[in-house]
Amino acid sequence: MDSITLRLPHTVERPAEATNYEPTTRISQPTVTGTSVVAFKYKDGIMMATDCLASYGSMARFRDETRMTAVGKTTLLGMSGDTADFQHMKHTLNNLLTQEYDMDDGQNLGTRSIYKYISNIMYGRRTKIDPLWNSYVIGGIDNGEKVLGFVDYYGTTYQSPTIATGFGAHLAQPILRKYVEGHEDEITEEDAIRILDDCMRVLYYRDCRTFNKLRRAKVTAAGVEISEPYALETNWNIAEYVRGYGPF
Amino acid sequence: MFRNQYDNDSSTWSPQGRIFQVEYASEAVKQGSAVVGLRSKEHAVLVAVKRSPNELASYQKKVIRIDDHMGIAMAGLTSDARVLSNYLRTEAMRSKMVYGRALPIGRAVNAIGDKAQSNTQEYGRRPYGVGLLVIGHDDTGPHLYEFNPSGIVSEYYAYSIGSRSQSARTNLERNFDTFEDMSLKELIVQGLRSLRDTLQQGKQLDTLNTSIGFVGKGAKMTILDGQDTQEYLDLLDEGEAMDTE
Repeated sequence: MDSITLRLPHTVERPAEATNYEPTTRISQPTVTGTSVVAFKYKDGIMMATDCLASYGSMARFRDETRMTAVGKTTLLGMSGDTADFQHMKHTLNNLLTQEYDMDDGQNLGTRSIYKYISNIMYGRRTKIDPLWNSYVIGGIDNGEKVLGFVDYYGTTYQSPTIATGFGAHLAQPILRKYVEGHEDEITEEDAIRILDDCMRVLYYRDCRTFNKLRRAKVTAAGVEISEPYALETNWNIAEYVRGYGPF
Repeated sequence: MFRNQYDNDSSTWSPQGRIFQVEYASEAVKQGSAVVGLRSKEHAVLVAVKRSPNELASYQKKVIRIDDHMGIAMAGLTSDARVLSNYLRTEAMRSKMVYGRALPIGRAVNAIGDKAQSNTQEYGRRPYGVGLLVIGHDDTGPHLYEFNPSGIVSEYYAYSIGSRSQSARTNLERNFDTFEDMSLKELIVQGLRSLRDTLQQGKQLDTLNTSIGFVGKGAKMTILDGQDTQEYLDLLDEGEAMDTE
């Protein structure tokens, strides 16, 4: 009588092409995320705003996060996307600035250099197929000139007098186009704040990953200044009449 | 044949506190033809006398462009200078690619200084047999540095290395306080005047043996050879005529 060989599952040899399989180690989706960054040039420099929310999926998980940071004396960095990757980026940039400080030779890393460096990191990581899951907006004053640039997780870059990431690219960008472009050198600080708040208000109304606690920041010849959190005045009176966005 | 028992390698001290291999390497620099470097508040200039081994041969290149903002002139072993200039070119390109910034001159020279120093501390290596004058222009203005086989790097208002360079230095020491406000042309002529002092009896500067390099505010690193140097050699002669009048 023929014997039957039974093999326990873990003794079964895997096919040769399967022996190199390992779990995926790169991020395949962002986890704790920040939403839009809105930024533009105005008379004295660069103005930027982000809200203080870091969402976990659709949950408003962390409500006191800062998504903007100063890089050196005259550069401001704003972030959309994965907050852990943003922490990694801040760490890397801090190392760079420390190295530069230790050189102690009077040389200075301008906004353009920092923008180029961040862009190289982003493109380098996408080339490893292990991208940092962020969009960054880099603003500053370099050699007396206003610089405002964007880089995303493909390493795609562009510079523009107005930049908005994420939902802001759809909702805030048209507002910025209308009020800012062509007037970058005339808009006063008060007007800039008004335009910025308008953008952030529209985003708060329509983007479900926002929060009514935000910071704005500016870079001028005097340096970088990030405000304390503040709230916008809102009016939801018409909300109950809005139809057509959901099942009702 | 050995001069003493402490000169077999560059990682052994003599009891007097000297490293003979490094001193021998410095002798190689003194045998190379002279180069002079000087700077004003806007420009930095290199001038050099080229040599040819015989009448049938070409003249050996003395000034090398590293990047749009930096150049070097060498005295000593040409092949060692090429190793260093290739390294500098790579570093200059890296700075442009990674930071979009021209490599600061001080950092460039310190980088080759560190390379030279490690040759004097690691067993089985030899010092570079070449001295360099490095000029460049960065965010902090024009610069002139000297590099030598010991790994010592120094910044200068004006300096000269190579054979009989002491004569050029004497001239530079007498005049360097006037260089600050000179135009590029005056600076080059002043350099040539110092360089001429290093020549052997009966030799003179001509379009074949003179090499000029300059860089500065709004001026990319430029090297002039051959017929292009005539203009400055003429100015040198004119200046001479005026002095004797």
